[in-house]
Amino acid sequence: MSAPGAITRVTLLKDLRLEWRSKDAINSMLFFSLLVVVVFSFSFDPSAEESRQIAGGLIWVAFLFAAVVALNQTWAREIRNQVLDAYRVSPAPANSLFIAKTLGNFIFVTVLEALMTPLFIVFYRLRSIGPVWQLLLVAMVGTWALVVNGTFFAAMSLRTRSREIMLPLLLFPISIPALLAMVQATTSILSGEGARFWIVLLVTYDLVFTTVCLLLFESVLNAE
Amino acid sequence: MTETAPPPIVTVSNLIKQFGRFAALRGVTAEFPAGKLYAILGDNGAGKTTLLRTLAGLNRPSNGEITILGASKFHDICHEIGYMAHPSLLYDEMSGMENLEYFARLYGIAGNSRCAEVIRAVGLDPDLVRPVGQYSQGMRQRMSLARTLLNDPKILLLDEPFSNVDLHSANEMVRLLARARDNGKTIFIVTHQAPLLEDAADEFIWMEFGKIVERTRGLSRGPEK
Amino acid sequence: MKKLFPILGVLTAILLMYALYQALVVAPTEQTMGDVQRIFYYHVPSAWTAFILLFLNFGASVFYLVTRRSTADIVALVSAEVGVVFLTVNLVTGPIWARPVWGIWWTWDMRLTSTLVLWLIYVSYLFLRRFSSSGETPLLAAALAVLGALCVPFVYFSIWFFRTQHPQPVMGGGGSIDPRMLHALLINWLAFSCFAFLVCWSRYRLEKLQREVDAAHAMESLLDPRESLR
Repeated sequence: MSAPGAITRVTLLKDLRLEWRSKDAINSMLFFSLLVVVVFSFSFDPSAEESRQIAGGLIWVAFLFAAVVALNQTWAREIRNQVLDAYRVSPAPANSLFIAKTLGNFIFVTVLEALMTPLFIVFYRLRSIGPVWQLLLVAMVGTWALVVNGTFFAAMSLRTRSREIMLPLLLFPISIPALLAMVQATTSILSGEGARFWIVLLVTYDLVFTTVCLLLFESVLNAE
Repeated sequence: MTETAPPPIVTVSNLIKQFGRFAALRGVTAEFPAGKLYAILGDNGAGKTTLLRTLAGLNRPSNGEITILGASKFHDICHEIGYMAHPSLLYDEMSGMENLEYFARLYGIAGNSRCAEVIRAVGLDPDLVRPVGQYSQGMRQRMSLARTLLNDPKILLLDEPFSNVDLHSANEMVRLLARARDNGKTIFIVTHQAPLLEDAADEFIWMEFGKIVERTRGLSRGPEK
Repeated sequence: MKKLFPILGVLTAILLMYALYQALVVAPTEQTMGDVQRIFYYHVPSAWTAFILLFLNFGASVFYLVTRRSTADIVALVSAEVGVVFLTVNLVTGPIWARPVWGIWWTWDMRLTSTLVLWLIYVSYLFLRRFSSSGETPLLAAALAVLGALCVPFVYFSIWFFRTQHPQPVMGGGGSIDPRMLHALLINWLAFSCFAFLVCWSRYRLEKLQREVDAAHAMESLLDPRESLR
């Protein structure tokens, strides 16, 4: 494996190990995800037919809230004890750090989604007419869209006051096209229609934003 | 004295660093020959930390030039720099060995032998599984120093390494740093505890209001101007 | 330079008055909507002017990322501020128009929705500039501007497709347009653009002056450190 790839792998493993060790954080986030689903169920009556029709949208908004809580933690560990300085001083490339953090967030948010989805299915009695593999594809591509921008903006927020509100403030507007695509794709597949346009849009969005974030990350990381 | 002295390992020329309206460094010009231990002293706000961080490549100067090991781009020589600060720059939830293994990989150092070696060099036990967050301050700073020595850098930049550290650990660290200097390393230490370095330091750099005002061999300064 | 500004100011004022006359008097009354439709001559040009300004913001931000020139940063800041103002005009005139004509304040009309998303993106840009505590605010802002600008095509594509699947009443009218209406529209766009240019220029000078004042203070602090401690 190339040196930057090795550093990405090592950083990702380090983050996963640290997550596992601070189980408090994971547990509280899992519980938060559960709460979100329950609150949504009280706000949008699952027994009503209309709610089932918008379930595709509801689930993605729930994922978004859970993702923001997870994303805000992304750099918290590096800020404590100024560990980020140790990385910046080393020869390790900035992009390896970015990819490692994005992958870590992707894994973590996917775990949260995997917890919330069965609950949604059960509470809203969801049934999919379209193939499930398409739903999984949308979930993957959509989650990456949220997480790649989220990791980037979380790094940017380090350089601002009111860090925790800056992340959603910066992330939500730019994520709107992706969010629309995720919701529409999910709703379409659930009702048996095609979602090809939305999936293509999401994949393009992912490619464009991942590339640009990689190009800009080093400058943002070192913008003290 | 021969004229063919080797070039200084660090040269700064009219270094200026401004944070908005506040000028932390107001034109620092100096040359630092290699293989010496420099103690940087001064009041709070004198610019000591800013100078060290600028040398470490962590912030970009507003103006002026820095040359380290003949290079002006930090990226070219970053593997020859070791940086340490008052925060530990370590992950609290991992053990010392686990921390160092990670940072070793960042420098492309494979295997664990080097990590164990530096941990022993600072007087700690590589097999200790206790997470770093549970260390005493003295142990934590020593582990942080071990991290700094991992890549065997030519230049060490230490920002207040002895703060809140027990006397025994502090003296251990000073002895270690003096040995490192004897082995050819160039060491810059920012500290408020000058007496600790009275014997070990080759030179004391006095800073005031963002400038170097005096450089002395010993701890006594010249008459106030 | 200093003399030019008042002259252009007067010319722009005349142009704006002429444009007003065109919009309210000369342009024919629309058949179905009546005189309310005349807000069209404000609603559409404000959007077009905003697009020019936001495109300028994108260009200036890219230029800044490449050259790190302070003037590029000021142009980016100024064009975003004035651009947001024009987007706001578009977003406010939209409902004012919609209410008497369709009886509702808001439709998720394709253009209006896209403008709303654009507004959100660039307001978040202004928030970043305000909340940044870094010494490299221009760099962070430029990065955000590039991401925001790249998002714009996605905004339009996604909302366009969404609307073709879920049609809503369309504001702004489609189809062919009476040449006198087109004339009024273009005159208003020209007037708005001139006005936008003047506002930007004035704001640019203000910001430049402010930065010079800050630099002078910084220079003072450089020469006498006790200045900065006051």
